[in-house]
Amino acid sequence: MAAAALREQLNALLSSMYASGLVDDQFQQLQMLQDDGGTPGFVAEVVTLFCDDADRIISELAALLEQPVVDFDKVDAYVHQLKGSSASVGAQKVKFTCMQFRELCQHKNRDGCIMALTLVRNEFYDLRNKFQTMLQVVPYALKGPFDFQVFTGIVKMEHMLLNLKRIACPCFLLTFV
Amino acid sequence: MAAVATETPFHVLAVDDSLPDRKLIERLLKTSSFQVTTVDSGSKALEFLRIHHDSSTPISLQEDQLIYNQEVAVNLIITDYCMPGMTGYDLLKKIKESSSLRDIPVVIMSSENIPSRINRCLEEGADEFFLKPVRLSDMSKLKPHILKSRCKEHYNQQSDGNIDESSSNPTNSSSSSSDNSSSSRKRKAEGDAEILPKANRSRHS
Repeated sequence: MAAAALREQLNALLSSMYASGLVDDQFQQLQMLQDDGGTPGFVAEVVTLFCDDADRIISELAALLEQPVVDFDKVDAYVHQLKGSSASVGAQKVKFTCMQFRELCQHKNRDGCIMALTLVRNEFYDLRNKFQTMLQVVPYALKGPFDFQVFTGIVKMEHMLLNLKRIACPCFLLTFV
Repeated sequence: MAAVATETPFHVLAVDDSLPDRKLIERLLKTSSFQVTTVDSGSKALEFLRIHHDSSTPISLQEDQLIYNQEVAVNLIITDYCMPGMTGYDLLKKIKESSSLRDIPVVIMSSENIPSRINRCLEEGADEFFLKPVRLSDMSKLKPHILKSRCKEHYNQQSDGNIDESSSNPTNSSSSSSDNSSSSRKRKAEGDAEILPKANRSRHS
């Protein structure tokens, strides 16, 4: 019954990610795209691409902010990129810290930007840890006959009821096809 | 032999410098039954279009058959606005300046809701403007633009006068087969009048 325990763990992880605002409903959009009878691993792929991209951008930003004269236009361009990709995958907290970062860029405030980068990095690392756990657990959690579906707080009741009929666990449920 | 109604999927060229975004738009398009090519810059987009689109004739005529060369033709271009080097807007302008490319519908995507930007794009000839992140529900807005442009293309061909209209119409439009070139020109004008660029304003009004 290890698979069942892992499924529960995965459910708990995902629901906490939604509840804490770490991910928003765009992440659910990604999950839905995977459900759509298509390639398994789409979520894994996008999440991995996002993490690699974010890592790269954060390094570039750190390097730019170390320069004797900071090129704030370049900094802003990178933060804009990161904000965009985090919005696309539903990485809500990372997105918000990027928005704050951009404000500080406008004011050409080096110390403020360094602080903002630290915040962005922390949020990103936190999210990445959770994504990595999720992706490691998923293959094992799926060893079983059931599909599960994850719901965020904003999902409509009727949608939930429809799925309650065919699923064992009535609480937060997980789908990875 | 009856004319071939094109069942091959429409081909969309997606342009975005961000890799996660490219993956997402590709997935959205494929899920919506489009054939997809992705490139990471405006210049690569133009290169692709020159190689694959310019060289393909929209219609090849064999007796009473009307066949659209769908395999490599690009039916719609969807591009990010903010890209280094050539922006989505620059790409749009270049496409509209090209006689062979200007009829391909263009959709602009942007993460920023800036009305002046949106208007600028629409004035330059963009058919639609999507606010990012793009969703599955946005995909249903693409096909009408493709069909409209194929309608226009078909009218253009009709008014050229060389086509035998005795076979059934392979396009999805409801145009009648008319040999009268002046009436087909009139239909074309009416068609143009109806084809106004519409913005996706639902999320930012």
